[in-house]
Amino acid sequence: MIDILCETKDLKITFPHRLGDFTAVHSLDLQVRRGEIVGLIGESGAGKSTVGNAIMGLLSHPGQVSGGRIELGGENLVDLSDAAMARLRGRRIGMIFQDPMTSLNPLMTVGGQLTESIALLQDVGVAQARQMAIERLDGVGIPDPARRMDQYPHEFSGGMRQRVVIALAMAGDPDLLIADEPTTALDVSVQKQVLDLIKSICVERSLGVILVTHDMGVIAETADRVYVMRHGALVETGPTAQVIQTPSQRYTKELIAAIPSIERREERFRNPAKKTGEIDQWLLQGHKDEGSGDYVTASALTKDFATKKKSFWGKAGTFRAVDIPGLNIKRGEVLGLVGESGSGKSTLGRMMTGLIPPSSGEVTYGDHGPLTDVRSRTARKALRRDVQVVFQDPYSSLNSRMRVDQILAEPIRFHGLADHHDIPRLVGALLERVGLAAEAGRKFPHQFSGGQRQRICIARALSVRPRFLLCDEPTSALDVSIQADMLALLMELRRSLGLTMLFVSHDLAVVRQMSDRVAVMKQGEIVECREAEALYDAPENSYTRMLLDTAPRATRH
Amino acid sequence: MFDRIRSDFWYELLNSPVTIVSAIIIVLMIIGCTFAPIFAPHTPFDPATISIMDNNMPPAWVDGADHRFLLGTDLQGRDVLSAMLYGGRISLLVGIGAVALSVVIGMAVGLLAGYFGGMTDAVLMRIAEIQFAFPPILIALLFNGILKASLPADVFAQAAVPIMILAIGLAGWVQFARIVRASTLVQRNQDYVTACRAIGLPTLTIIARHITPNILGPVLVLAMLQIAVAIVTEATLSFLGLGTPLTEPSLGALIQIGSQYLFSGIWWVVIFPGIMLLLMVVAFNLVADWVRDYLNPRLR
Amino acid sequence: MYFLLARLFQATVVMLCVALVGFLVFQFVGDPVLSLVGQETTVEDREALRESLGLNDPILVQYARYVMNAVQGDFGISYSFNRDVSEMIADRLPATVELVLLSGVFSLLLAIPAGIYTGIRRKGGIAQTIMTISIIGVSIPSFLLGILLILVFSVWLNWLPSFGRGDLATVFGLRSSLFTWNGLSHALMPAAVLCLFQLGVILRLIRAEMLEVLRTDYIRFAWARGLPGKRVYFGHALKNTLVPVVTAVGLQLSSLFAFSIITELVFQWPGMGSLLLHAIGQSDIPLLAAYLIFVGLVFTISNLIVDGVYVLIDPRIRHGAL
Repeated sequence: MIDILCETKDLKITFPHRLGDFTAVHSLDLQVRRGEIVGLIGESGAGKSTVGNAIMGLLSHPGQVSGGRIELGGENLVDLSDAAMARLRGRRIGMIFQDPMTSLNPLMTVGGQLTESIALLQDVGVAQARQMAIERLDGVGIPDPARRMDQYPHEFSGGMRQRVVIALAMAGDPDLLIADEPTTALDVSVQKQVLDLIKSICVERSLGVILVTHDMGVIAETADRVYVMRHGALVETGPTAQVIQTPSQRYTKELIAAIPSIERREERFRNPAKKTGEIDQWLLQGHKDEGSGDYVTASALTKDFATKKKSFWGKAGTFRAVDIPGLNIKRGEVLGLVGESGSGKSTLGRMMTGLIPPSSGEVTYGDHGPLTDVRSRTARKALRRDVQVVFQDPYSSLNSRMRVDQILAEPIRFHGLADHHDIPRLVGALLERVGLAAEAGRKFPHQFSGGQRQRICIARALSVRPRFLLCDEPTSALDVSIQADMLALLMELRRSLGLTMLFVSHDLAVVRQMSDRVAVMKQGEIVECREAEALYDAPENSYTRMLLDTAPRATRH
Repeated sequence: MFDRIRSDFWYELLNSPVTIVSAIIIVLMIIGCTFAPIFAPHTPFDPATISIMDNNMPPAWVDGADHRFLLGTDLQGRDVLSAMLYGGRISLLVGIGAVALSVVIGMAVGLLAGYFGGMTDAVLMRIAEIQFAFPPILIALLFNGILKASLPADVFAQAAVPIMILAIGLAGWVQFARIVRASTLVQRNQDYVTACRAIGLPTLTIIARHITPNILGPVLVLAMLQIAVAIVTEATLSFLGLGTPLTEPSLGALIQIGSQYLFSGIWWVVIFPGIMLLLMVVAFNLVADWVRDYLNPRLR
Repeated sequence: MYFLLARLFQATVVMLCVALVGFLVFQFVGDPVLSLVGQETTVEDREALRESLGLNDPILVQYARYVMNAVQGDFGISYSFNRDVSEMIADRLPATVELVLLSGVFSLLLAIPAGIYTGIRRKGGIAQTIMTISIIGVSIPSFLLGILLILVFSVWLNWLPSFGRGDLATVFGLRSSLFTWNGLSHALMPAAVLCLFQLGVILRLIRAEMLEVLRTDYIRFAWARGLPGKRVYFGHALKNTLVPVVTAVGLQLSSLFAFSIITELVFQWPGMGSLLLHAIGQSDIPLLAAYLIFVGLVFTISNLIVDGVYVLIDPRIRHGAL
């Protein structure tokens, strides 16, 4: 095969450690041709980023290629000296990192960085490099490039920065581009534009692209062929459509099956099998059936944040993060709240649960009345017992200095929900209820994986016998297979315990699976709020329609 | 060689002989100085036991030495080794006491400013900023100087050690307040704190039980560095004649006494207390450095 | 611009607070009347003096007067020298500034390259040696180092003079001891003592910042773009380490003045430090208060300069984005 640009043969990458070496990649064979986008997909710990870094010669310490070859145009990169490898970077191989916010030097103008790269890699004078830089910025779709040359990275939006990063990676006209999660930090609408840009560059310059990602949707939209990795080993490879539609390996099948669909509501989430534990009786204690009115309503709710003063004598401005006329959640209902970053969805969620005070307006609970009237100690305690939160980041949401049983016992003890000697048994039962072993209580949070930690967080939220649960991006930090389990657990608990939920997420597919009704937020306002199925099937608002159109789909039906 | 050690703490520690030696020095000095009356061969500040006849004896290995005085004697015939042990006791007491005071004030201010933010933060941190304008050693110096100017001489001499602890402790709290505030700001925005608020825990419980344990790492490192600084500050003040009285000299005062006789060739009265002071400070600095690297493996 | 104006305003507030402390010390430590006239004057005379000094005025009026006088450079009369305090400070200032400048410049010239080097080659033998020396540098009390230097270079080797300031010479209208060999030989040891501590502190800070910056994404991206090491280290990393380093250097300036007190005592250098020690010894409150304000002023001005440098270095501050 003459047109193979880059190839790894039996590649093995090891991270030596005093307690035994860790093999990050086992005997990987991978081929990239010119003009083709090759997807490298896997969950965390699959070793997919390590492959990209190894080809680039930028493995983080103490990682090393411990076997096999990496060939670029027939030359084995593993044998090259550091200096020879350095000459390849930028000229033969370019690379894009995940976060465009941190990939650019904040103290240097965008034009300065691009001119620097072009002057060096193309071996031209500064004046000519600058001219070329303007053309390149124009080429990656940055409007008014001559003016924007002299601006600093902080003056660019995330999507624009990633375009600049692409222009920089392409400055030396490399043959191979490695894109490591290039759109993970971006909103879906921007993600599509950046992926389209990579696709067009690939075709125009007959560039080979390795696209490293965890997102099957991105692969489906972009890659020609795909390599599925797991625990450092290759699971399956083939043309993208074939792998997604007729996966041959069990892991790939499971991976694809785990992806929530944006097209329809799946039965497993709609009607989860009802489980019961002995703990359920305890969890339901004191809950009476109040019928079907509104559990919580918000009226004329706004939240302003102060912005920096522009002049010394001027007044500090305000930025209105949330401005909604009203929102209600019925008893036993799951309301989904979707929006892109900065849309105010998290702020709204926290105001609805009384965690931050609104600037104006009122949140009223059916059981507790208006939040501004909940002042006395006992009233506050009663409210906090009923309203709980599950957060996005399972790593920062548990106090790493406390043992898990201490974390779970504290709320029970504080609210006096059980006798002192009953608490250890309850804690164990709670852990079992969320799918962990009762003995897990004796460990510290860092001894658990992200998914297990999120289960602990759910157990903590349940420990005060809540009626209402705010889930703030509860699965965004998790791998897709774990996400499916987590969503199923939440839906099952909701059904068994009759919880009311506010489910905040940027992921339209996840929200569809979880919600009875959905509210779409844009720049602090709710643009559309309707029954979930109706909204997804026939969006009325143009913004909702745009979000649905740009969302990457793993499977098109 | 240490492959079988699973704990990172012991592995890292055993791989750093410098740290082990420093830690041993600190432990030995603390034991030796705390129990100075037991270990010291003489009681150097008891006029009944010292004889002017023994003055200016060189260390035991130099010609003309008296084997009773391992490290020689000073102008008044006091045993240098014993004086060092008694002096080291004051240095350590002031160093650790002053830092304890700084930690208490700094933690309280830093936690309040960091957790509550707003006006509390603005006011507390402005005060800290103004004090930060003055190097701690200068504050301790001026504080001591002002007290000396306003207190009767005998009261000042009697209360020398507590005054020194107060002066150095008050001079050093700002560092702790800044680091505690910065860490608290980070912790306050972590989701586990929001979870505590969602549960309804009272603010003081959140600060004391949840935030405080999470900020102790940097405080521990800073405390060890500051003990070194406090010991140096104490020695410096004593050297300047503003610290401990000459009847009860700390290491700094011993060096000051010795420095007056440098040109007459009596070097041991300066050198040995100097070495002890230096060892003490370097040991604290090295252990603090190691602890910081251990707590923050990215910097290794 | 807004950033600098705000900082200027803050600096003024800081100075007013420092003046308040100076004023309170001035006012309430000891009795100024007693210090001026002695025991034998009559009560009426004292009261008259009290009235004429304005000591019976409301405290705010007195504070305002103190500030007004201080702005005009009037800090009162020294009790122990019976001379104008500002005149005495002006007399002693050049000697101290000489030491501070000499040691400050040398510590920067040594610390910056050494800090960068140890940050880049942190496992190497030379880097380890530099770090060991630096830890001794930050540990050794300056008076002890001074005594050791005197013992070695003056007592044992007899190479350098152990005390005093040397001959002065005038170059371009500046009168300094640094322009004569004799003067330099006198300044060498005190400047070295003052230099070593600063050197250690700044070096370790630059190294730590360098390590921090070298781990950032934009440095990894700079490598991936194919930039050579020289450009990555000096073009990208160094500039990003500057902001915290400049802050620390600004702070160190006032600590240089503080540590010069000890150095000046050890080497009997006739600068402001020995003046302060004298003031403390004699409970000369006006002199103490003036010194306090002087150090506050040094700190405030160096901080303003630091802020100005920030604006030059970091576009995010220029644009009010930070």
